[in-house]
Order: sequence, then structure tokens, then C-alpha cells
Amino acid sequence: MSTVTPDPEFSLRPSGNLARRLLISRAAQGGAVIAAALAVVILLILIGFTVVHGIGALSWSFLTGNLPAATGQAGGIGPALLGTAELALIAGIISVTLGILTALFLTEFASPRVAAPVAATLDVLAGLPTIVAGVFVYGIVVAHFGESGIAAAIALSMVMTPLVARATLESLRRVPATWRDAAAALGVSHWRTVLTVILPGAASGITTAAILAVARGAGETAPLLFTSALYGNNVQLNPLHALPNLPLEIYTLIETGYPVSVQMAWGAAFLLMMTILLVNIVARIGLRRGERKRGL
Amino acid sequence: MSVSETTTDEFDDTLIAEPDRSAPARIRLSPGPTRRPTPEPAAPAITRQIVFDARGVWVDYGAKRALEDVTMTIERNLATALIGPSGCGKSTFLRCLNRMNDSIPGFSVGGELRYHGHDLYGPTANRVEVRRRIGMVFQKPNPFPKSIYDNVAWAPRNLGMKDGLDERVERALRGAALWDEVKDRLKQSALGLSGGQQQRLCIARAIAVEPDVVLLDEPASALDPIATASIEDLIHELKLRYTIVIVTHNMQQAMRVADRTAFFSLDENRTGALIEYADTKTLFSHPADSRTRDYITGQFG
Ligand SMILES: Nc1ncnc2c1ncn2[C@@H]1O[C@H](COP(=O)(O)OP(=O)(O)OP(=O)(O)O)[C@@H](O)[C@H]1O
Ligand SMILES: [Mg+2]
Repeated sequence: MSTVTPDPEFSLRPSGNLARRLLISRAAQGGAVIAAALAVVILLILIGFTVVHGIGALSWSFLTGNLPAATGQAGGIGPALLGTAELALIAGIISVTLGILTALFLTEFASPRVAAPVAATLDVLAGLPTIVAGVFVYGIVVAHFGESGIAAAIALSMVMTPLVARATLESLRRVPATWRDAAAALGVSHWRTVLTVILPGAASGITTAAILAVARGAGETAPLLFTSALYGNNVQLNPLHALPNLPLEIYTLIETGYPVSVQMAWGAAFLLMMTILLVNIVARIGLRRGERKRGL
Repeated sequence: MSVSETTTDEFDDTLIAEPDRSAPARIRLSPGPTRRPTPEPAAPAITRQIVFDARGVWVDYGAKRALEDVTMTIERNLATALIGPSGCGKSTFLRCLNRMNDSIPGFSVGGELRYHGHDLYGPTANRVEVRRRIGMVFQKPNPFPKSIYDNVAWAPRNLGMKDGLDERVERALRGAALWDEVKDRLKQSALGLSGGQQQRLCIARAIAVEPDVVLLDEPASALDPIATASIEDLIHELKLRYTIVIVTHNMQQAMRVADRTAFFSLDENRTGALIEYADTKTLFSHPADSRTRDYITGQFG
């Protein structure tokens, strides 16, 4: 290397407004980092708080025992666990069926003129206040037939269906167009193509969507308020009756204000949160695996 | 979609240029139980049967005219090449032949396009049936994310051709000159094959349903010279059994594989048009149109 002195005319320091733009860029970057950190910290505090308060309540008798027979008494949450599982199952079946069919209609069969308003409706439905779903089902079902697990599941599926439909839509759209072309050019009917190429291609995304929606529905409270609140303190599995469930049980326990009840509410909240968190994590890992396998 | 008036009955088989043994069963375009065509040796034809008869065909994408006034016939058991500069409507015309354009928003086609005498866009022509008879292989190999076997067996299965499926798959893979390379790994994913193998698999998949015509849109443009050569060899084999229409940018390839060649170009309004259509030898050695001459000499330097 020769020893040429740097020519100031070709300086490599930020010139013009570059210095200012670099500063702004750094500030924006800092803001984003702080916001993200805040979100994570809040989540961690929430989890930590629930763990600290809830973990002490956990015991075998807490998990399996009947609900407190009267206000302020000790008891378990067994019936509520079973009831929530049943509600999630029924609502899951309804919303997964409707959600997948809706998404298939939108991607495969609707003309763009029809698809756009239907997709917009889905978005509105996804933002529907959950209490409204509860009121609606109260009006059309509960007012005539009384509270029941079925009514509650319908209200829950109103919250879950748009989620399933949206996520399924996304994964159907990610099925490469080249597969559709290949199938179309072979003279196979569209419906058979949907069943044997397109749905399998989107399967991992759809499964994840279904699991996430079920996890979401399991924790919903408002849709159950007027549909499945008048339950007894022991196990009820008949969906024609109101089903005991975790979200409303937590609500009821806290409302009483008795320390023993509040302690139980923390325990139940801890359980609900952990289950949903776990299901979320497993579903997302599964999704990533599935997509990697297909090279997406 | 406006298609010019026709006075003939869609099912009138007398429209076929030359009577054919298996014609009545093979050229119905309306949906119905699929009949297996009887394999037949290529007749040393003197007058060849006309498979496609295009008269004044035009195509619009929305308000834009992409193709104007194409009149040509495509004959049976020949390989017909479509060449021309980018954007001149080769793919558009090819995709009209099996109605792959139908689902494109704004697409409309006019003029008269007949397949063995049947109006391809007529009310009795079902486009799913059209594509069963007229298969297509695309520029980029597009196997399904399934096993090699299932790729080939997929369409026969879904079309109810379930008898002798193994033999059918083997026949198709042999027909696509792929059998020896894959016979020991039929259950493995098709995505593990090389690009050239994948393209031959796509050809096998297309011929597994025993179509009448195979359309190929630049089938070798994503492949290396060796894989390209094997596809070209294959086309020579395929035209003994099928009618081949191939779009290519590569003029040597057109000369090597095609019996007839159609040269498309853009006219003064930048609309695609058929400029010249002749025997491949004639077109390349004695082009009648100056635009053809400019194109083929320009390309060869
Ligand atoms: N889906 C579409 N929508 C709108 N316009 C299109 C569409 N496909 C093709 N076109 C237009 O039609 C014209 C012909 O296109 P086409 O793809 O048939 O050309 P091509 O001869 O196959 O070109 P290339 O050699 O680049 O493949 C072009 O102007 C193109 O922009
Ligand atoms: Mg093209």
C-alpha cells in the first residue's frame, strides 16, 4: 500500500442530510426495541404474578373436587375443567367446519366481487365484541330453550369461526398456484383438486388455526355469561344443560371476595393460562415444522 | 365471450377432416364417463387429421388486445412449435387451446377455435373435459408435493381410472423416459428429483390420462443442456402417440423437434399476431415474411 494522504474531497463521513437520517433511524430503532421489550416484560409479569398466586392452590383435590357448594367454602374445579373442555370441543367442531368451508368458498369458489364483501364481513365478525355474541345467542337460543352447553358453544364459535376462517384463508392462499395449474391441466374437477391437493397442502396451517382458535375460545368469558352460567356444583356433561366452566367460575370466585375463593380463582386462572400458553406454543412449533417440510 | 356464429352441430363428426377409427369416443367434449382410448399406431398419414382449427382467433385481457386474428390448423401426430419474441402471445394462444386462460379475470376470446370439429368455447364444451383431452406441461416443473408414484397416479385416480393403476403409472413413466431412473424409488417424494427429472415426471403425469394432445410451454427453459436434450428426444417419441404443441424461445430447439413452426410477432399496435406458419424446414430456410427473416437471422447473429 502506498501512503497517499486521504483526499478530503472524497470523504466517507456521512454528508448532506445523511447524518440527520442516521440519527432518526437510530431513534426509530430504539423506540421499536423498547416497545417490544415492554410487551415481553408485561407478559412475563402477568405470567409471573399468576404463577406466584396460583401455584399454591394446585392439588389433586383442587383439580378433581366438586365446585364449592356454597359461597366462601373450599372446593375444587373438576366440573369446570371438564365443562370447559367440552365447550371447547363442541365450539371447535362448529367453528372449524364453518371456518374451513368459508375459507374454501372465498379462495376456491367465490368470484372476486363476492369474495371481497364476505372477507370484509369476516373481519368485522372477528372484531365483534364477545359480549355481543353472548347477547345474540341469548336472544335467539337461550330465550327460547334456556341455558345450555350447546348455546354457549354457538356463542363461542361466533368468536372462533372468523379466526379459523382467516387463518385458513392465509394458508390456502399460500398453496402455490403452480399446483392448481398442474391439477387443472389434468382435467380433474376443481372439487377433487381441493380435496386431494389444496387442502392437504394447507393442512398444517389449518390445524394450527384450529388449535389456536380452540385455545382462544376456551378462555372466553363474555359469550358464556348468558348462555352457560346457571350450573350446579358437580360434574355436568349433558350439553343440553348449562355446563360449569373455568372462566365463569373464576369470575364467580373472585366476586365473592373470600380469601379461600380468591385463592381458588388464582389457581384456576393459572391452570387456564398455562394450558392455553402451552397449546399456543405447541401449535406454532407444529406450524413451522409443517411449513418447513413443504419448503415454504 | 363472443365466438363467431357456427351453423354446424357441435357433435357433427363429419367435420373431422379424415374419418378416424376411435374418433367418436375420443372427441366428445361434454362431461361423461371417461372412456379409455384404444392405443393406435401412428398411421403413415398422407392427409393428416386436423386437431385444432383456429380461424380469426383473438384474445383480450381486459381492454388490452393480446392476440389478433390467428388462423392456423394444427395436425395430428405432429409437433408444432410456436416461436416469436417475448410478449407476442405464444403462451396466450397455447393456453387457449386447453382453456387454461378461462380463470384469468378479464380474459375473453373470439373468433372460431375448433377441436376435431367441436367448438372449444361452445356451450357444450366442458372445460374440465377439454383439459382431460388436452394436457399441458408448464415452463417450471410443478410436481405435487407427493411421491413420484402418487404424482402420476393422481389424475387417473381422480378420474376413476383405477384399474391397472400400477401398469398405467409404469407406462406413463416409461413414456416419459423416466422409468429406469425412478423405478426403485416410486414412493419417495417427487420434490427430491432433479429439475429435468421433475419435468419428465410432469410429462408422465400429463400422459398418464392418455390425452389426445400435449401442450408444452417452454418445457426446457429451466433446464440444463443435457436435461433439455432428453426432453427433446422425448418429444420425438411422444408425437408418435400424441399431438404436440410446443412454445419455445430456442430456435434450434424448434428446428430439432418441430414438424411445423408458427412464428408470432407484435404488429404495429403491439398486439400479438401470427406472421408465418409453415413446415419447420421451409420457415427457417426460406421465410416468406421479412419479419420472420429478421427474427431468425437476428437470433442467429
Ligand atoms: N394474465 C394476464 N393478464 C393480462 N395480460 C396478460 C396476461 N398474460 C399475458 N398477458 C399479456 O398478453 C400479451 C401476450 O403474453 P404471452 O404471455 O402470451 O406472451 P408470450 O409470447 O408467451 O411471451 P414470453 O415469450 O415472454 O412467454 C403480453 O402483452 C402480456 O402482457
Ligand atoms: Mg410465454
